[in-house]
Amino acid sequence: MSLPTALPMTRRGALAAAVAALAWRPTFAAEDAGQAEALHVLNRLAFGPAPGDLDRVTQMGVHAWIAEQLHPERLALPAFLADQLSTLRTPNETQRQMVDQYREMAREAKAAKQAETASPDGSKAATAEGAERRRQVAAITVEAGEERLLQALSSPRQLQEVLVDFWFNHFNVYQGKGLVRVLVESYEREAIRPHVLGRFRSMLGATAKHPAMLFYLDNWLSAAPGYQPRRGTAKVSGLNENYAREVMELHTLGVDGGYTQQDVTELARILTGWTLVQQESRRRRFGQGMDATASGRGDSIFAFDPARHDNGTKTWLGRSVPPNGQLEGEFALDVLANHPATAKHISFKLARRFVADEPAPALVDRLARRFTDSGGDLRAVMQALVESPEFRDPRPVKFKTPYQYAMSSVRATGIATTNVKPLMAVLSQLGQPLYGCQTPDGWHDTEADWLNPNAITQRVNFATALASGKLPLQRVDDPNAPAGNGLKAMERQADRAMARDEAAEGSTPPVDAATLLATLGPAISDKTRAAVTAAQPALRAALVLGSPDFMRR
Amino acid sequence: MQRRQLFQMAAAAGLAWTTVGRTAFAATAAPGGQVLPGNKRLVVVFLRGAVDGLSVVVPYSEGAYYRQRSSIALARPGQDGGVLDLDGHFGLNPNLAPLMPLWQSGKLAFVHASGSPDPTRSHFDAQDYMESGTPGRKGTPDGWLNRLLGAEPPVVVQAGAHAGVTRGISVGATLPRIWAGPNPVANIANGARATKPTLLDRPQVSKAFDSLYSGDDAMSRAYRESQQSRAEVNEAMSPAAHEQMVADNGAPLPNGFPDDAGRLAQLMRRDPNVQLAFLALGGWDTHVNQGGAKGQLANRLQPLGQGLAELATRLGPAFDDTTILVISEFGRTMRQNGTGGTDHGHGNVMWALGGNIAGGKVYGRWPGIDPSALNEGRDLAVTTDFRQVLAGVCMRNLGLPDSKLASVFPGFDSVPLDIART
Repeated sequence: MSLPTALPMTRRGALAAAVAALAWRPTFAAEDAGQAEALHVLNRLAFGPAPGDLDRVTQMGVHAWIAEQLHPERLALPAFLADQLSTLRTPNETQRQMVDQYREMAREAKAAKQAETASPDGSKAATAEGAERRRQVAAITVEAGEERLLQALSSPRQLQEVLVDFWFNHFNVYQGKGLVRVLVESYEREAIRPHVLGRFRSMLGATAKHPAMLFYLDNWLSAAPGYQPRRGTAKVSGLNENYAREVMELHTLGVDGGYTQQDVTELARILTGWTLVQQESRRRRFGQGMDATASGRGDSIFAFDPARHDNGTKTWLGRSVPPNGQLEGEFALDVLANHPATAKHISFKLARRFVADEPAPALVDRLARRFTDSGGDLRAVMQALVESPEFRDPRPVKFKTPYQYAMSSVRATGIATTNVKPLMAVLSQLGQPLYGCQTPDGWHDTEADWLNPNAITQRVNFATALASGKLPLQRVDDPNAPAGNGLKAMERQADRAMARDEAAEGSTPPVDAATLLATLGPAISDKTRAAVTAAQPALRAALVLGSPDFMRR
Repeated sequence: MQRRQLFQMAAAAGLAWTTVGRTAFAATAAPGGQVLPGNKRLVVVFLRGAVDGLSVVVPYSEGAYYRQRSSIALARPGQDGGVLDLDGHFGLNPNLAPLMPLWQSGKLAFVHASGSPDPTRSHFDAQDYMESGTPGRKGTPDGWLNRLLGAEPPVVVQAGAHAGVTRGISVGATLPRIWAGPNPVANIANGARATKPTLLDRPQVSKAFDSLYSGDDAMSRAYRESQQSRAEVNEAMSPAAHEQMVADNGAPLPNGFPDDAGRLAQLMRRDPNVQLAFLALGGWDTHVNQGGAKGQLANRLQPLGQGLAELATRLGPAFDDTTILVISEFGRTMRQNGTGGTDHGHGNVMWALGGNIAGGKVYGRWPGIDPSALNEGRDLAVTTDFRQVLAGVCMRNLGLPDSKLASVFPGFDSVPLDIART
């Protein structure tokens, strides 16, 4: 894998790239070299090979495969995946419905607690409706995980799924904070997924206006200093600079992007009034100040509230921003999306994810130029990345994150997963709970962040449980299961699976080591293959998945 | 007295531990009552997200405090939900009441208006600096706890015993920046999982994997460190030992920090190898509805106070030689913001607990909180470099030799703050 080629990034570029793919394939030892290339792109641009992938990608050629991956809309979802996704209820609910459910649950919980305190024997006044609502809210959490993990495991649009993981993490929100719990699914589906190969500015705007982000980083409450809410009970009376800081530090410019504390405060003023409205009646009251085109969906609860907006002139990043309502914020997002520091920051993070922990500055510069020249076209940036000589270096230098490790393990086994709860639990055990990064910087992405003694032990335990068929990945849940069937219960279940010999209900058959080795091909070294052969048959597949070779990509 | 207790514990824990424990005890309690540095321990508790130090140790005697925090200020001592008076000027957040006995017995101190010389208000840069111990310098490859591991004289153990795998213990599924570096550190999971049996504890499974992780690469080293530390932890936390601890200390602790702190205390008490330990606790970024005596911050402080008190209690006699430091990357704005919370600030308060702390005192030069005294017009100023506190504890409480200080805190040239009991 050598032969760097600089290709034009036009529509013709993709064709040219496919042709060039043939050029980089050596003419001798074609099969081995082809498999090595296929493995490399499957490791970096997909969650590793599933059974048959190595041969398929080798036959079609890596560049043709990459060209396909860069246009996920052209790849149909297989029927079994589409069927599974079609059973999810959450994607059909509006933001308002989900928020209403959560509010109602919180109100009931509060009332129940008060009743408990008031009751002489401290008995709980649990109602059937309350239990049902808790169950529904818990189900939203699980469905978000299903929507994400089922696609990561089985979607042919692997690059899209890899990028959903990357960009969700870049624009991280934390499920454990209040309303975010019920909005995280909508956030990923509406604000992240449609944009991962689109315009950066679109994703920036979509995240800025999504109620999950507005709530997570508090901007929904931020108001002009001295603002008097209509209802006296609200505590809002001024600025909150949380989102304004993080959107520059984390989402766009980067911490060394050259902004000051004053820029943070001024951007917070610019973004005052970007809020969410839960009741339709209040939404109408905002009248003409509202942005009707705020969201691609009619059910967005984003709103611009002119009453909260600070109408003074702001001085931000060396410019004067005259009063202009919501358009001030749109202007600010334009400036941030087009800023050279943003191009560099995003390019560095992509290069770190797809190439190396410490990517070559030349690569980052090249990607940043592409970002700027293309107006933040993320497909063009990805194309530049995969065509770079740095990307083509086939050495598996990246240590998998727990997410990558878990996804690639299950993919390699070929298990048709219908129950993702054990995997959600495993991700928690490995220190990377799904939607569970509390801080807005998201999970970090280097070997130093993830390689530690406990991690290796936990991964080996997971590999052993998975390979011997102890994880109930095909269990069909009782639809009337109690509300407590949440994340904690899943974790306890996975703990048990990793501690005992007997298989749980819904477990899968033990993984066949020979098939697994064929699936992974050159990913597994001769040394490991020798150790596998020497081991007792029941442990062979576990050794493959728990091997040092499989920890890297 | 201490010796007898230790022997009783050793008997409960079984023979293997007894060997290690006795030897360690004999080695660390030198004749004449002189205590060697190997007996000294440090626990660092990192509050990620920037705890509002002005709500932890409250300058309740100043009108400026109440003027700038109209809805989140804590009331004066004696009032409903009021602070617990410390010294007539400062009061402790009432949700930390479990720590008051330690204050009264002189084993709890605070260093107020402490923090970083670097002005950043980025959580992530500020945490990075506090963990690398080199504020303003991003390239530092290692963390100060790892460098301290390299500089601290280890506990002397008999040949054949595990020497040093668990000298550094981190609680949590990942190893944070503060531990980065060449010296091995063991990490144990949060919660009960830390001591639960796993498939890899089975000899036939571990034997098979041992052969795959026999090299000298980072993964093989991590694997072996994990296996050794698990053996040590399992020994110290055997069911018999656990039952004994529960009998000594009462009911199991609530999940989260108190539970982790209690488990760490048990491990430190029973495994004399453990010298340096680290826990982190998040959720302090209170931009909205922070609350006062009740509310979000209060709900975070309660388990923290309870956990720290449990840690002190369950360490038993070992608490006399242990220092517990509670640190956070920066403080929060003096004035409450427009949403009943506080934004990113600068100066904060550091907490120190331990039998060898000269406590019952709030250290540090207090810069005042009148608007004219604030850093950049908005935050508590920093008058004590956080490294002065860390360096002082390392030297005076842990016995780090003067000559080694520069290797732990390179580039630090101020005077360490002495908060040790003499």
